[in-house]
Amino acid sequence: MPDARKKPLAGIRVTDFTWAIAGPYATTMLSYFGAEVIKIESRRRLDITRTVVHPITKKFPDPDESPAHIDFNHNKYAVTLNIQHPAARDIAKRMAQVSDVVVENFRPGVLARLGLDYKVLATLRPDLIMLSTSTMGQTGPKSGIVGYAPLFAAESGLGEMTGYPDRPPGQVRLTVDAMSALSNTFTIMAALHYRASTGKGQYIDESSTEVVSALLGDSLLDYTANGRVQTRSVNRDENGAPHNCYRCAGQDRWISIVVHTDEEWKALRETMGEPAWAAEPRFATTAGRRAYEAELDKHIEAWTVQFDAYDLMHRLQEAGVAAVPSFSSEDLFTDPHLIERGLAHVLEQPKLGALIIQSPPWKLAATPPTIDRHAPLLGEHNPYVMKELLGMSDLDVKRLEEQGVFT
Amino acid sequence: MAEQALAGIRVLDLCQMVAGPYCAKLLGDLGAEVTKIEPPGSGDMARQRAPFVGDQPHPDRSLLFLYVNTSKKGITLDVSKPGGMKLLELLAKDTDILLHDYQPAQAAAVGLQYERFRAVNPALVMVALTPFGSTGPYKDFKAYPLNTFHAGGEGYLTPAGAQYLDRPPVRVGKYVGEYSAGLSATIAILGALYWQRITGQGQFVDVSKQEALISLNPIELNRYPNHNMVASRASRVTSYGGIMPCKDGYVELSLYEDHEWEALVKLMGEPAWTREEKYKDRPARVANGLELNRRIAEWSSQQSKADIVPRGQALGCPIGPYNTTKEVCDSEQMRARGFFKELSHPVAGTFAYPTAAYHFSHTPWQAQGPAPLLGEHNDEVYGKRLGLSQKALDSLREDNVI
Repeated sequence: MPDARKKPLAGIRVTDFTWAIAGPYATTMLSYFGAEVIKIESRRRLDITRTVVHPITKKFPDPDESPAHIDFNHNKYAVTLNIQHPAARDIAKRMAQVSDVVVENFRPGVLARLGLDYKVLATLRPDLIMLSTSTMGQTGPKSGIVGYAPLFAAESGLGEMTGYPDRPPGQVRLTVDAMSALSNTFTIMAALHYRASTGKGQYIDESSTEVVSALLGDSLLDYTANGRVQTRSVNRDENGAPHNCYRCAGQDRWISIVVHTDEEWKALRETMGEPAWAAEPRFATTAGRRAYEAELDKHIEAWTVQFDAYDLMHRLQEAGVAAVPSFSSEDLFTDPHLIERGLAHVLEQPKLGALIIQSPPWKLAATPPTIDRHAPLLGEHNPYVMKELLGMSDLDVKRLEEQGVFT
Repeated sequence: MAEQALAGIRVLDLCQMVAGPYCAKLLGDLGAEVTKIEPPGSGDMARQRAPFVGDQPHPDRSLLFLYVNTSKKGITLDVSKPGGMKLLELLAKDTDILLHDYQPAQAAAVGLQYERFRAVNPALVMVALTPFGSTGPYKDFKAYPLNTFHAGGEGYLTPAGAQYLDRPPVRVGKYVGEYSAGLSATIAILGALYWQRITGQGQFVDVSKQEALISLNPIELNRYPNHNMVASRASRVTSYGGIMPCKDGYVELSLYEDHEWEALVKLMGEPAWTREEKYKDRPARVANGLELNRRIAEWSSQQSKADIVPRGQALGCPIGPYNTTKEVCDSEQMRARGFFKELSHPVAGTFAYPTAAYHFSHTPWQAQGPAPLLGEHNDEVYGKRLGLSQKALDSLREDNVI
């Protein structure tokens, strides 16, 4: 059991109506700090992370064994409720009543139709913090749109800003969902602080598209201030050169190298063995190297391609040049630095045994965020929530079960 | 002015460039009192970064700097000078959060260590936000934003498609990795702050940008240790749908469920080919995805995104435009939600800034002001807050401490 004395959010309960990633990952992050998160699901429409095709077997998994579900829902409790049933909605209300935080990502308007929106829940629990996360927010002409991560990455401007200028925009997927999750966790925690200071809860309306647009702020300002429309520029930057990834020995192996100062350029030249081309005056300054960047990159790649990416990182770092391989998943989980930092966490998962997920990404010396529970099986905590939390008798539960409330 | 969620929280921002300053800005925009500490003379390196307002290089005209430093007071302080660290200790006395981005060797060189500050203020939360964290063999490796991004696993997978393997993998956006790391750090900070609120105890918080970035993609990255499966640009395949060309740009089509395909068929005007046997169900469409995408593209390239996006959405088809930055800024949705607000800066002028992706019902986002000039609040912070005399201030200036 986690040591509640070392958990900042011990005693905070979260009722989680969300599915997919932006909501569930946010509540998992709250759980790392000790919040008790109870996810509401339905067998009638499973969370899509429980049903995605298994990466190896290429089959639809047992919903309790889906890797994607485990990645985003470990450390939680889970109940099944058929929210179309009036008794289920009543249970949801009672859960909200004993919760500090409610999170939802239905399409805007759905919760109001079910009579479970903030207006209703706040009458039952006045200091409730409730967050709605959606593709484009609860208001505005496009509030109702349907869309997955690549779609809001496109809407936000990020797709257009990613990739090669002579090719279509880059499709950005899962990471934008996770960015939205970060924002959701941040705002819920800020609202918890406000509540701790004032006793007041509140409602938060988040737009995933806006989360991502905010991460392009400087590029957006170039338009609002200068009228300039930036676009994708590979890995380049007008403030430095070289500034790219370069091929290394082996298949699909690359290293990122960035030079901003004269000292770094000198160090790179020396490490390359002072080739004649690098001594040409046109490569002497950042402006010159920027002007002949395609040529510069060819020269550098002709050198990097002879070496192993890791060896090159160590050589260049030793010389004072910023150089880091473009790490693959295999690199990350076998890397000495990340092994020492404890990236891999072994999770004991029912039905599957030990598997590897990532440790929480922050290290707090006095209150380390921890993973204490497996990813819940479908409906695993119906008895705990209905009986212990809501005080139902065995008979109550049985009766509701017969009515199909827990499907 | 409405109440703010983090009112009363004091933050010292001893960071440069993007991730740390953005993290502190997010706290400041929600009401924390943030004091940004810059080296005297040139200030934060971001002040030198192009593009500039009007393309005129000037330390108060860098768009990057202006964006990530709203809602802050600005002071100058050279922590490497004798007396500099002493001043920082004085400031830390009545501060909740000291956020810095010194890698461990640099931090040790100037004496920026937790033990020292705990002695001054046991309630202080001290946060180091660095490329590789405060421990481990790479802790002092040099990394600019591009390097840090590619250290995080997503660069290797971008952009999706085997056709790009002859080109280098690329970053997502421009500084998105840095912004994301800054956003991630706010969570660790508020966790530590909540603990401080309960117990009165501060602590040291170590945030690695690399680890913050890795955590953005468990689905693909975690498949290696569990299934020995290494994701690559080539393994990121969209079976059908995805990016489609239009007359005026590109659209994204996400077609996972049958009803979404049916909506697209309607949007295309139900051409006969869509009823061919080879597209009859999802497995068939996946098997014939390349050919199917060619046919969708033949149709979409004759269309304008301005037309097919709203029509498709009305039919229930997950379709969206690849917006340029201009289209984002001019979007009706953004306008309706007030996503952009004008801020006036004495040197840079007045233009619209992105605000926040969240609307709080009781504590709305409000910038406390534009980015500070270099040392703009020296007198206020050193004079009023620390109570230093004019004479003491003058002498610190002479010695280039502030």
